[in-house]
Amino acid sequence: MAFDYEQYLRPGKLPHIWCPGCGHGIVMKGLIRAMDTCGLEKNNTAIVSGIGCASRLPGYVDFNTLHTAHGRAAAFATGIKMAKPEMDVLVVGGDGDGVAIGGNHFIHACRRNIDMTYVLLNNYIYGMTGGQFSPCTPVGAKASTTPYGNPDPTFDIAKLAIGAGATFVARTTAFHATQIDKLIAAGLRHKGMAIIEVLDDCPTAYGRRNKFRSVIDMMKRLKEIAVPIKAAAHMTPEQLEGKVLTGILHQEERPEYCEQYQQVIASAQGD
Amino acid sequence: MSSPKVEIIESYCKGCSICVEFCPTDVFEMDGFLAKVVRPEACTKCMQCELRCPDFAVKVH
Amino acid sequence: MAKKVALLQGNEACALGALYAGCSFFGGYPITPSTEVAEVMSKELPKTGGKFIQMEDEIAAMASILGASLTGAKVLTATSGPGISLKQELIGYACIAEIPCVIVNVMRGGPSTGMPTGPSQSDVMQAKWGTHGDHPAIALVPASCQEIFSETVRAFNLAEIYRMPVQILLDEINGHMRERIEFPEPGELEVIDRQQPTVSPADYKPFDDSQGDIPPLASFGSEYRYHVTGLNKAADGFPTAKPELVDAEERRQLRKIEANRADIEKNEEYLTDDAEFIVVAYGTISRSARYAVDVLRKEGIKAGLFRPITLWPFPEARMAELANQVKAIVVPEMNLGQMILEVERVTRRVCPVEGIGRVDGEPITPAQIVAKVKEVL
Repeated sequence: MAFDYEQYLRPGKLPHIWCPGCGHGIVMKGLIRAMDTCGLEKNNTAIVSGIGCASRLPGYVDFNTLHTAHGRAAAFATGIKMAKPEMDVLVVGGDGDGVAIGGNHFIHACRRNIDMTYVLLNNYIYGMTGGQFSPCTPVGAKASTTPYGNPDPTFDIAKLAIGAGATFVARTTAFHATQIDKLIAAGLRHKGMAIIEVLDDCPTAYGRRNKFRSVIDMMKRLKEIAVPIKAAAHMTPEQLEGKVLTGILHQEERPEYCEQYQQVIASAQGD
Repeated sequence: MSSPKVEIIESYCKGCSICVEFCPTDVFEMDGFLAKVVRPEACTKCMQCELRCPDFAVKVH
Repeated sequence: MAKKVALLQGNEACALGALYAGCSFFGGYPITPSTEVAEVMSKELPKTGGKFIQMEDEIAAMASILGASLTGAKVLTATSGPGISLKQELIGYACIAEIPCVIVNVMRGGPSTGMPTGPSQSDVMQAKWGTHGDHPAIALVPASCQEIFSETVRAFNLAEIYRMPVQILLDEINGHMRERIEFPEPGELEVIDRQQPTVSPADYKPFDDSQGDIPPLASFGSEYRYHVTGLNKAADGFPTAKPELVDAEERRQLRKIEANRADIEKNEEYLTDDAEFIVVAYGTISRSARYAVDVLRKEGIKAGLFRPITLWPFPEARMAELANQVKAIVVPEMNLGQMILEVERVTRRVCPVEGIGRVDGEPITPAQIVAKVKEVL
């Protein structure tokens, strides 16, 4: 049975701005299904983004939505969640937005373990500005600002999030459509900072510069590089060369920031 | 049970061909820059096309 | 009953004024010489059930208060020169998205790290022109600790009424100076809360100007849902690049200020009625200027003081009137000539306008001002 996305979409906003074959739409559908699964109430949910292709997502969905400045989504979201902890707060955005210009906010939101769900769409490139390399562009890859190949090492976003203190870290790809909503739903249910990285494709700005002949080539690559974390346990380092682990990569319980602050209030009020 | 109805909203379809490529029973074909349902009777309702259509253009009823 | 009194720093008075106004969220980052504002808020806000957060940087502090404001909270941040430079992009965001907030800038020497513990008044133009694009600006420049308290309350009122950021410009001197202040009783100073929409949620448009230039701002988490963006937007909040809509939006945002100058402007005049020479000064330096005017009057020189308390929008009309009355205007300020540019502009130089600039970390003394007035006699 077709899923009724329309109930969560703002009327008259489709078709969206994303290019043919861009996986952002697949992720948006997964996000909607996850919010539906978890029963998020529209009035009680805020979705916050920064700048970039992925950051246009909130404009399409019928919640409280906040399209902020480049890189700053997590900091705006922190203000919302702190001021109104009863709201469900999500952040969506891309790799450049999240871990380049927004890197500081990203790691500190993880450190605080504030109860938010951050869906990071990693397509290895700055798409909206025409294909400049990001901190996630593979070494050697071509971008409009790496005409001789990218000399910059890459961030492993999941490791970054775990190292910074996020208590739920998961990864999947735009190809693995059903896993997207399962992982986002698990992140929404998790109390604390949940990071869900979705490896995505950018046929327009990345693919055509890096010998992907088509959208399908890019999607097949996402399928091929993904290794479920449980399967990886039985694989050799040689077999894992060039692969990325998917699934829930890390989960722990740690005090949540807004709850911790309630103790500050209690102390201040002499309880 | 009636056979599934596969619908493409043409005004949303951007012709990426993801549905054509990943449908296990070849329900779709490209027709110029748009995907087209050509073998609806082959549909097994696996939903792979609807799940992966980035443009909200494919619906399986 | 006698009023409660205390000996307070300007920065402390600012924080307590914010609490009086109903501030329930502070997002900050440590920076000299503003840090006491954050320290007081960290102690006092949780007592009221409010939230204090020290963010990872100045930009995040600004972002956090804007997020909190959208939930309906009255919000404050405090910073100084380098911090205000970092916050500028999001001050612009608050202007275009029309999100109420109050920003305290305890001005210090600059540019860059400059003189962190030295006073200055060098952010006058930054308060107006610091962020890119055309946008409205309100900046208040209180002089005494008592006035810092009351002007902070007024800053919150203006932010909530006009749905925009309001800056309070202090400096290292009046931020750290201690004075006796009397606490107003609750209700003694007017406290204005944000106007709420009255239309049905289905009909709500966050930038609908059909009922006036300042559309009501609903709170996230209420029965109203809407979209906020830093892009130019239409009445419904969604991005637009239609020239007529963008133009109308930009002009409406400036009109919020221009059409309400009478409500926003606030000046103090001292011995200006018969004045032949006027000193135009603000904030800490207005105190030196007032003393200088007294000295000059004792010597038989008809001097007066014109003191903007609202620095932006600049009090154009009254300043122009005074210029037609006097023989000369002297503008002392702890910078190398910022507000004087406005004085020259609005008076169209109908009389000589002479500046006294100082950027060595020392205040401008009454003697300097007296000497300058005598020089232009």
